[in-house]
Amino acid sequence: MTKETNLTKNKLNKKGQVKSSLTFYGQELSSRLLLGTAQYPSPQILLDAIEASASEVITVSVRRESGSDKAGQHFWDLLKQSNCKVLPNTAGCKNAKEAITTAMMARELFDTDWIKLEVIGNDDTLQPDVFGLVQAAQELCQQGFKVFPYTTDDLIVGEKLLAAGCQVLMPWGAPIGSGRGLQNPKALESYRQYFADVPLVIDAGIGLPSQAAQAMEMGYDAVLLNTAVARSGKPVDMAVAFSRAIEAGRSAYQSQPIAPRDMARPSTPVAGTPFWLD
Amino acid sequence: MQITLNGESVITQQQTLADLIIEQGYQDMYVATALNQMFVAKADRSDAKLEEGCRVEIVAPMQGG
Repeated sequence: MTKETNLTKNKLNKKGQVKSSLTFYGQELSSRLLLGTAQYPSPQILLDAIEASASEVITVSVRRESGSDKAGQHFWDLLKQSNCKVLPNTAGCKNAKEAITTAMMARELFDTDWIKLEVIGNDDTLQPDVFGLVQAAQELCQQGFKVFPYTTDDLIVGEKLLAAGCQVLMPWGAPIGSGRGLQNPKALESYRQYFADVPLVIDAGIGLPSQAAQAMEMGYDAVLLNTAVARSGKPVDMAVAFSRAIEAGRSAYQSQPIAPRDMARPSTPVAGTPFWLD
Repeated sequence: MQITLNGESVITQQQTLADLIIEQGYQDMYVATALNQMFVAKADRSDAKLEEGCRVEIVAPMQGG
């Protein structure tokens, strides 16, 4: 299994260029940036950032609603203006049962069988509880959900999630909201090569567009992020920056980068150099 | 009877989840429900009986990452 395996799946357009194609559970997408909707300075900036990012998939959650303030109702009305596909999450769930019930509530609320499955094992790191994750994934896949599991870069856990019925894997880059970028790039490279034919999304921990580009250069199919855009000084501009970086990283991956070398190799032709062999 | 609604203690005389939703002002709102950590679909709320000490969750769309 090599990077070329993925490359050959891409179609060629009329100019003979590689056409980018991303499919999650049969849904074809052109944008490889999945954007979260939390923490923006205002609802309008959220909408503007979504539009600027060109994202087609946005993540949402379910939370306790008061019968009086109706915050969730206003948010749902706002989101409809984005015309994006929503990917509800199970953020904050600490075990499989909570995650399963939350997923079922989300399916009814958002009228989608897509679910970003999070089962959190630790409050400080927000690290996935991979045991609860696999358990919840098995149940939800059996119930017809299309599960997007937030997981670690552990290959065996990935295998078990695929066996459960997941058709997408989303390893973390770094702890949620940390902005640290890819903390274990060698493991993520192995993950990409091991799961050559599985759509892979780097989910969480991205802080800068260059970090997103790095993931895409590795051959990851998409990047999911929220905090890096929403809490930046200029979320709309940052959304554009991420969109461009992700496109650039994808193009670089498809263009088959050179292999690194330890020693220099002149790029300017040596033959004909003035004073050569004097 | 005393129940827990979204983590808060509530006194209610309603017998079903559907009636509780009306009593608590959620009618016509876009919400999903769970009773004792089990999902209750909208169509099943009239059959979902409340009991002393039961735990009800009423949730709505919210921002998320």
